[in-house]
Amino acid sequence: MEATLASIVAAAAPLIYAAVGEAITERAGIVNLSLDGSILLSAMAGFAVAFTTGNVGLGFLVAALVSAFVALMVAWSGIRLRLNQVAVGFILTLLGAALSSYLGEGFAHQPGPSVTSAPIPGLSKIPLIGRAIFGQNLSVYGSLILVVVTAWFLARSRIGLQLRAVGERPEAAHARGINVNRHRYLAALVGGALVGVAGAAFSLDQKLGWSDGHTAGFGWIALAIVIFGGWQPIRVAIGCYLFGALQVVALRLQDDLPGLAQILPSLPFPLMIFALVVVNSAGLRRLLTRSPRLSRWLLPEPPAALGRNFVPE
Amino acid sequence: MTGSIGARIAGLVAPVIVALAATIGLLLLADAPPFEALKLIGEGAFSGKTRFADTLMAWAPVAIAGAGLVVTFAAGLWNIGVEGQIVAGAIAASLAARTVPGDRGLVLTVTLAGGVIGGALWGGAAGVLKVKGKVNEIFGGIGLGFVAQAFATYLIIGPWKRSGVASTSGTEPFRPETWLPTAFDTRLAPIAIGLALAILIGVGLVMRGTRFGLRLRAVGSNPASARLLGVPADATTMRAFLVGGGLAGLAGAVIVTGVQHKLVPAIAGGRGFLAVLVVLLAGYRVRWVGPIALFFAAISVGSSQLQLRLDLDSSLGAVIQGLLVLSAVLFGGWFAKRQGLGRQT
Repeated sequence: MEATLASIVAAAAPLIYAAVGEAITERAGIVNLSLDGSILLSAMAGFAVAFTTGNVGLGFLVAALVSAFVALMVAWSGIRLRLNQVAVGFILTLLGAALSSYLGEGFAHQPGPSVTSAPIPGLSKIPLIGRAIFGQNLSVYGSLILVVVTAWFLARSRIGLQLRAVGERPEAAHARGINVNRHRYLAALVGGALVGVAGAAFSLDQKLGWSDGHTAGFGWIALAIVIFGGWQPIRVAIGCYLFGALQVVALRLQDDLPGLAQILPSLPFPLMIFALVVVNSAGLRRLLTRSPRLSRWLLPEPPAALGRNFVPE
Repeated sequence: MTGSIGARIAGLVAPVIVALAATIGLLLLADAPPFEALKLIGEGAFSGKTRFADTLMAWAPVAIAGAGLVVTFAAGLWNIGVEGQIVAGAIAASLAARTVPGDRGLVLTVTLAGGVIGGALWGGAAGVLKVKGKVNEIFGGIGLGFVAQAFATYLIIGPWKRSGVASTSGTEPFRPETWLPTAFDTRLAPIAIGLALAILIGVGLVMRGTRFGLRLRAVGSNPASARLLGVPADATTMRAFLVGGGLAGLAGAVIVTGVQHKLVPAIAGGRGFLAVLVVLLAGYRVRWVGPIALFFAAISVGSSQLQLRLDLDSSLGAVIQGLLVLSAVLFGGWFAKRQGLGRQT
């Protein structure tokens, strides 16, 4: 049980970076659809840098810069060129995947450095949850801290409230003197950097090394979890742990169901998407109309200005 | 048309130059001779009838799926599920190829029709999720794509495995009656090319001169006001998904009957996503889908030569395609914005 919990918390860590990062970006009204390609590119870049220099931290840094740059392109093309963010994001998804494959060829299937385990003495001995929360490494601790900090940041901090205003009612935010597009650039950069950290958290920790299409699919899952989690960091994290649990279960079942061994690891992906479908379904919506409070909690609305470019007059 | 001829030419040439420069940079980064590599791509795609036939056979499925995407884009839908719809069509076509007895004419007809039905089912499922379940078609489509892909892999290693060995390299080849007949001692299947051309023209005619085409565009540009004007928006959305999915499924059947002759796990192989890029670059206009798809098919087939001759990863082809579309879209936005500003002042 303790080991299972610990492996779920660890498996979910990269997804948490990506999904919480995307939630920040979307809260400000920018949709960065490039995640699947962006994570592939940063996973490759992070591993390549750590492999070449032997410095894992530098790998994380470069990975963050790579995906922040990708996110910046999405934001810039929407804000400056007034292009469709979904279109540019989709093109970058494919371009990122192709680039990771082309540039990463020399680093494929090589043993390389990884994040070292750093259990916290004492605390990691707490029964049941000690190992899951305090028996991990810096990459996993970071994911836990990120959830708490982002939840506070979006709900309480001044700049967090401004970001949300920019994503909900950009005209009103503009009228109150908030620089809408500067906030959106900031949200895209921060969110993008976290997406890059997710890539490195895969290739340097949870899915060690690099191979063609190493993290393919995880970007789409992260995007789906943002919706599933209603753009709220804590619920987004719950979605990530749910997916991590599905992954761990699928892995365990491989021994029991050898006939399905090859497709079991891919099953959590459709399951997660269809969890989103059920949550979003019209039937559930009808059921919940009787209780507005429960409905608001279970079926949050997306940021009102999501994906809509804002042109200050 | 807005803008001067000069601006339009600049809009065409500038992205090509930028993409070419970036590609040359990437080749230099890999210590490869850039001009030789580009020449190899061109030769790999067009020199000799064998290569040219391969390029045309790579073109047909992308053109067919692209024509379907013109329909869904017209209705304002991001049918990224096209990749899964190709897989679903290929599975259905494989089922027909494995089970239907009889001569070539009958088997091929049923197999191709099976592909259409399989793809339409998958497209229709994305449509139901969208219309009834309020699920964004991007995520519905990606989710259904995961399901189709897992199902194809399951069939290949499970019920349809080769006698004795369960391997992910694919099923046993289907019997020759299910192969599209070829011509000129190459892999060129004229039926595939004819189908693709007919569909490109057909979709062009439907979009231009029919009530369905008009409704599609009405729903695509403004669903709410289309509904007020009496256009059945949900039904039109569903029909767009069925047509787009059906054509993607046909593309899958063409891959099975004309290229692979068996079911392999990577049966779609990114062709659906490539078709999305083609349609984006075509500006959603069907008359440009054919030529751009041919150009992209040539890059895909040509770049497979790089691996053999220069030991470069063949994914360079996909990089060039992505760079081309990205810079075309960015330049398009830039020129449009400049013209817009010009009008204001």
